[in-house]
Amino acid sequence: MHRTGELFGQYKTLDQQKETATLGMWIFLVTEILFFGGVFLTYTINRHQFPTAFGIGGNMLSLKLGGANTVVLIASSFTMAMSVWSAQTSKKQLVTIFLILTLILGTVFLGVKVVEYRDKFVHHLIPGNSFDVTYCSKNPAVCDLSGKDLDDEVKEIKEGIETEGGVTALNAHAQLYFSLYFGMTGLHALHMIVGAGLLLWLILESRKGRFDANYNTPVENIGLYWHFVDIVWIFLFPLLYLINRHLA
Amino acid sequence: MSENSQHHVVSPKLYAAILGALLLGTYLTVQAAKIDLGRWNIVLALLIATIKMTLVILFFMHGKYSTRRTQLVIISGFFWLAIMLGLTLTDYTARKPEPSRSANPPAAVIHRA
Repeated sequence: MHRTGELFGQYKTLDQQKETATLGMWIFLVTEILFFGGVFLTYTINRHQFPTAFGIGGNMLSLKLGGANTVVLIASSFTMAMSVWSAQTSKKQLVTIFLILTLILGTVFLGVKVVEYRDKFVHHLIPGNSFDVTYCSKNPAVCDLSGKDLDDEVKEIKEGIETEGGVTALNAHAQLYFSLYFGMTGLHALHMIVGAGLLLWLILESRKGRFDANYNTPVENIGLYWHFVDIVWIFLFPLLYLINRHLA
Repeated sequence: MSENSQHHVVSPKLYAAILGALLLGTYLTVQAAKIDLGRWNIVLALLIATIKMTLVILFFMHGKYSTRRTQLVIISGFFWLAIMLGLTLTDYTARKPEPSRSANPPAAVIHRA
């Protein structure tokens, strides 16, 4: 059945039908809140236990790329909200335009994430046999480190080794940080990929002119999902990227 | 629970204002992270993130204009989250470290010593 806003038999009014959909979406999002909540909790406990190694790990991320991505994702939330507004006011062409803008911004986010992941490979920060948190301080040219940044990095690693009681321990705990980094940002990116797929479907449907003031539930509910993924990043950014910047 | 609640249309002006506030929050959180506030760095960072989240939920996600029933579901989600975080963290902060069970702990534990 092709849904375009007709009333289904189990509902009394269109309002009730729509509220049911919104309520269902929110119940799903509550399960997502608790799912990501568990991940954040794991991170908090481990960070509490190994603050030095986690601080060093966090300072090895690119503040520029992470910050830019935060701006990109917030902008995509805005364009998503605007596509909901366009649907509510029956501006059918604008719906498609704002959905495409949202998809582009989402894709830019994922692209920047790819660049960040690649840097971590080059810097030997992928958990596993070749992991070495001291790599950049020893090979500054590979990591584009020079001048004060390099001095800070060398000093930070030296203090880290002292605090953790050896380079083996520092590497073990920094690896824990990067495992969580890849786990958390990976789960977030997976949600973004799912969101991009949903947006693609919305764009195709929107081009048929299906969404207007009378019927826009899919735009609204996928919007809710997209905003939720934005919220997760709003917390991931300070927790992963900013924890120990004041010591850098 | 007014009949109109489902039809509330948030104006582009308000959306733009929220966008501005979120970008400002991002700028502030980056700047605040560079200042040494000791243990308050993390508190401030989470405070800003929570304000940003509240703005997204209230306006972008229409939480402010949702029916009471939907609002209850939203709040319940955070209530359960608070239980999970609160009870787990109080346990972690109040628990004494476990005495070593064996003279030769497994390799994974050695690093923690």
